[in-house]
Amino acid sequence: MPKYAAIIYATDIDPTTPEATDMMKDYDEFGAGAAAVIRGGAALYPTATATTVRVTGGKGGDIVTSDGPYAETKEALTGFYLLECADLDEAVKVAARIPGAWDGAIEVRPVVDFGK
Amino acid sequence: MTGAGDAVARLVRDEGTRVLATLVRVTGSVDLAEDAVQDAVVRALETWPRDGVPANPRGWLLVAARHRAVDVVRREAKRLGKEAVAMPDVDPCPDPVSVRDDLLRLVFTCCHPALSLDAQVALALRTLGGLSTAEVARGLLVPEATMAKRLTRAKQKIAQARIPYRVPAAEELPSRLAGVASTVYLIFNEGYTGRVSLLAEAVRLARLLVSLMPDEPTALGLLALVLLQDARRAARFSSGAPVLLSAQDRSLWDAALIKEGVELVGRGLRRTPSVPNAYVVQAAIAACHDLAPSYEQTNWDAVISWYDVLSTVQDTPVVRLNRAAAVAERDGPAAALALVDALAGLDDYPWWHASRAELLHRLGSASAFDALERAEETGLPAAHVAHLRRRLG
Repeated sequence: MPKYAAIIYATDIDPTTPEATDMMKDYDEFGAGAAAVIRGGAALYPTATATTVRVTGGKGGDIVTSDGPYAETKEALTGFYLLECADLDEAVKVAARIPGAWDGAIEVRPVVDFGK
Repeated sequence: MTGAGDAVARLVRDEGTRVLATLVRVTGSVDLAEDAVQDAVVRALETWPRDGVPANPRGWLLVAARHRAVDVVRREAKRLGKEAVAMPDVDPCPDPVSVRDDLLRLVFTCCHPALSLDAQVALALRTLGGLSTAEVARGLLVPEATMAKRLTRAKQKIAQARIPYRVPAAEELPSRLAGVASTVYLIFNEGYTGRVSLLAEAVRLARLLVSLMPDEPTALGLLALVLLQDARRAARFSSGAPVLLSAQDRSLWDAALIKEGVELVGRGLRRTPSVPNAYVVQAAIAACHDLAPSYEQTNWDAVISWYDVLSTVQDTPVVRLNRAAAVAERDGPAAALALVDALAGLDDYPWWHASRAELLHRLGSASAFDALERAEETGLPAAHVAHLRRRLG
């Protein structure tokens, strides 16, 4: 079965803090309900903790780091799930149950299977 | 091409879409299926006019296309040093239900909401309509290379994201069918503004939807709407300039299309006794116009009532604007202008300004010129600007 990354763009908050308690409850509920199709994933610390790395001049060039995420947007990349679903319709249905979809958006992308 | 050759070409085109629909299921790939059917069609066009059309043209095309698909898959497997995946057989005499189901799957795949509207329109014309990429590009006024890229991307997304080849479940069907209908109606509208070849394609696609889903009000209403509007085709332009409904020579209207459209409205209304269907109601409004012996004798009460019904399911400023135009005919320009001026948020909409220009002109107000200027600034098509300018004198 194909795999999909469900990439969450939503409110940029720290999931380990008390103000995230209600949200985490929703995520736990989603995780339990969708356990059959979830193959992996991670929650991320807020974008304030992000470091963007580039190597100028191509491979072997100078490493340039900067503070913050690669793309500054209203909705931040807050985490992702790896889902195994029969097709896009099923993946979309699962993605719609991710709490981040309710105040942000989920980008659903097919994962390349190099084993083919 | 000879007469016989034309007939064969038509047959091949009609059958081609059905054959393609089955081949997509069998091969699991729109791209491979298209290549295979194209190959079979070329063979048919070469041999049928010479040797005669086979007794079972669909079966002939199915078998030839599958044969080609198997060849392509084997060649590709050999190139990669792999075992070719077995391909299911095709039934050369498929039962009508399975042909219909395959076509429905193709319709819903080409108009899947995960594809952009541009991609849906392109696929509907290319894959469902059977036009060549060059024809689609010409119809949509896009360079052929751009169109080829758009189609390739859409097919890649279908394959890589696994957009399913499936008819939506009953609970999803109404919203998915609405998506299909709006794609077909968009094609019709592109044609309505002057590209006649697209009109014919949209009518053809709408007929296909009714043949596949004869009980769905959206399909019935869509076909009725496009037929009732297309019926006025011969009267809508005079030496290239658009002729307004009020000035059209109604003897040029196509009575057969009107009859068919009105019957479809009836079928659609009988299937929507409680909740109105936006397409059926819009078709009913078109029918009021088509059945009126003259513009003056239009039953404006009926038109306004239908707009009231429409606004219960589609309450948009555009619907209200059209309703106001009917009110102008029944109750006069002052009543209509009050309604039009009460519509908020249409300052960027050229037709709002055009309506105001027309109504202000009828009221003898010099502000009509300002409204016309705003209509022009916001992009009213040149022919309509010219028409209004002539009216304002």
